[in-house]
Amino acid sequence: MRLEKRASPATAWRLGAPLLALALTLLVSSGLVAWAGAPVGQAYALLLEGGFGSRFAWSETLTRATPLILTGLAAAVAFKARLYNIGAEGQLYLGALAAVAVGGLHGGTGFELSPWLLFPLMMAAAALAGALLLLAPALMKSRLGVDEVVTTLLLNFIVLLFVAWMLDGPMKDPLAMGWPQSVGLQDALQLDKLIERSRVHTGLLWALGAGLLLWLMFRHSSTGFEIRAVGAGPQAAAFAGMPIAWVTVKVALISGALAGLAGAIEVAGRTGYVTLDMSPGYGYSGIVIAMLAGLHPLGVLAAAVFVAGLLVGADSMSRAVGVPTYIADVIVATALIATLACSLLVNYKIRWGRDGR
Amino acid sequence: MGAELLDLLSGSAFWIAVLRIATPLILGTLGVLLCERAGVLNLGIEGIMVVGAFAGWLTVYQGGGLWTGVAVAAGVGALLGLLHGWLTVSLSLSQHVSGLGITLLATSLASYAYRVSFPKVESPPTITPFASMESWLPMPVLNAQTPLTLLALLLVPALAWGLNRTPLGLAVRMVGESPAAVEGQGFSVARLRIGAIMAGSALMGVAGAFLTLAAFNAFYFNMVNGRGWVCVALVVFASWRPGKALLGALLFAFFDALQLRLQQSSGAGVLPYQLYLMLPYLLSIAALVLMARKAAYPQALMKPYRKGER
Repeated sequence: MRLEKRASPATAWRLGAPLLALALTLLVSSGLVAWAGAPVGQAYALLLEGGFGSRFAWSETLTRATPLILTGLAAAVAFKARLYNIGAEGQLYLGALAAVAVGGLHGGTGFELSPWLLFPLMMAAAALAGALLLLAPALMKSRLGVDEVVTTLLLNFIVLLFVAWMLDGPMKDPLAMGWPQSVGLQDALQLDKLIERSRVHTGLLWALGAGLLLWLMFRHSSTGFEIRAVGAGPQAAAFAGMPIAWVTVKVALISGALAGLAGAIEVAGRTGYVTLDMSPGYGYSGIVIAMLAGLHPLGVLAAAVFVAGLLVGADSMSRAVGVPTYIADVIVATALIATLACSLLVNYKIRWGRDGR
Repeated sequence: MGAELLDLLSGSAFWIAVLRIATPLILGTLGVLLCERAGVLNLGIEGIMVVGAFAGWLTVYQGGGLWTGVAVAAGVGALLGLLHGWLTVSLSLSQHVSGLGITLLATSLASYAYRVSFPKVESPPTITPFASMESWLPMPVLNAQTPLTLLALLLVPALAWGLNRTPLGLAVRMVGESPAAVEGQGFSVARLRIGAIMAGSALMGVAGAFLTLAAFNAFYFNMVNGRGWVCVALVVFASWRPGKALLGALLFAFFDALQLRLQQSSGAGVLPYQLYLMLPYLLSIAALVLMARKAAYPQALMKPYRKGER
């Protein structure tokens, strides 16, 4: 088979490609659900109901979507400038740790400051921690040509060990009965609930605001234009006189800060302290969400809610019919690959036969 | 401390550990090397190793022979390589994104399949792994290893010879440097690249199988634990040469074994053990930075090839 570029993008496939991807994903996951011995139709119904079917389901989905929106945005902005930041997981953890270091009692700074001052300090520390963690690989990329994918991936492992050390030593909660858990955040710094009698917190507004800001930045600011230009073609952007290295640094700071904020908001809105399992791979899911959204900031919001609903729904479906919860991860990964492959159909025609190769 | 270190380095137990730690790294690094020499980055390695570890182990658990398990792991790896090849070569999708997608898919599939097969086990079921070669190989240190280590060591000169001395190897190297020239010679760029990715991915599958069939005797989630990413770094360190890949893997394993021993030595407790565990990952980054200036990347690495397009 061989690809042939279309003279103009096919409008029909703009709608058709996502539908085809969805059909392919459903085909794969149906086979896997049937293999686990569960009734396929009922499993899907339970999954949808668990993720989106009730007030409780929506509140859980939105709670889960909050960090996913932020890590999704972190990936989207970086990938847009071809800075492949796979380190959002580590940046999230370091952000969470920085938040507790500033806003935690005993073992934190113990600042006797007004929460009005301490809260912005805490958020800034988290954003800075994430940003600096990505700045190092970004500089290694632009100065030395070191591939950032591998360095950001390896940094995830290093950060997780660093967090383990902190939870074991300097920032350990003495009252946690030996559980590896950090000291807690001061009550005054915790985020308010957005919906009563649920876990949805005002962190969701932070995430939505970040998405909106990023969209405005891409559309209306010169930085946004530079990022898009560098992503579209570094040579052309350099020829147009754009400071590629400086754009990469800016992108790294924004992306890392978003992932760091995700960590702080999880701590301040949900857990209240840092544990080693506070993120079930939010950083990695963020990459998939960004790709599913076509790197569009507003698309990220929708994709994050979709993925969060899948994860929450799979949990409740798994309890009901005994399909392992990992089905959600399989669906998300399959959807990513199917979407990528199908999106080609918008700009390319497939010619079958042996003539091409 | 000094005397203790000397004791450690003069004992064979330490070197046995080095070789054992190095084996999956040698196999994985050769796999990445083969893909990249043909011009394609394969970040699917982490997931392919997980699937290889699981598929190999499951085969043996269900009554298959150990070598059958290795063959199944290689086959599953090659299959995922075919998917990666189709996405990156036939469809010219981003090699970064496709590889990460393969890793996510393979890892989640292995976890799913494990839970479907063993819904309610507390401790992971075990198999009888490969025995050491003590009974028939008269070479100390090496004969304490399993045949998979011997295979990995033999593959190094085999791959070097294949790449540098055979017409097919020349074609594979050319397709990673100048695909248009290969097309001009009448070879198919797509077939050469996909073939190389499949072979490389098969090696990654075997690297994973080593963990469940030789190093341990059961399958655990997270057992690959970043080894795949380390292999990607080691290939840069090795300047895409099999011999140097072996050297890099051994050097890395040396430091990994050393940090494991230091954790248990009398000096332990001075530093938190997590710092020792960080060492291998820090070394990988250091290796990347050190080699960055002289890295001679295959010229067409990460550049999709479309006939007639420039």
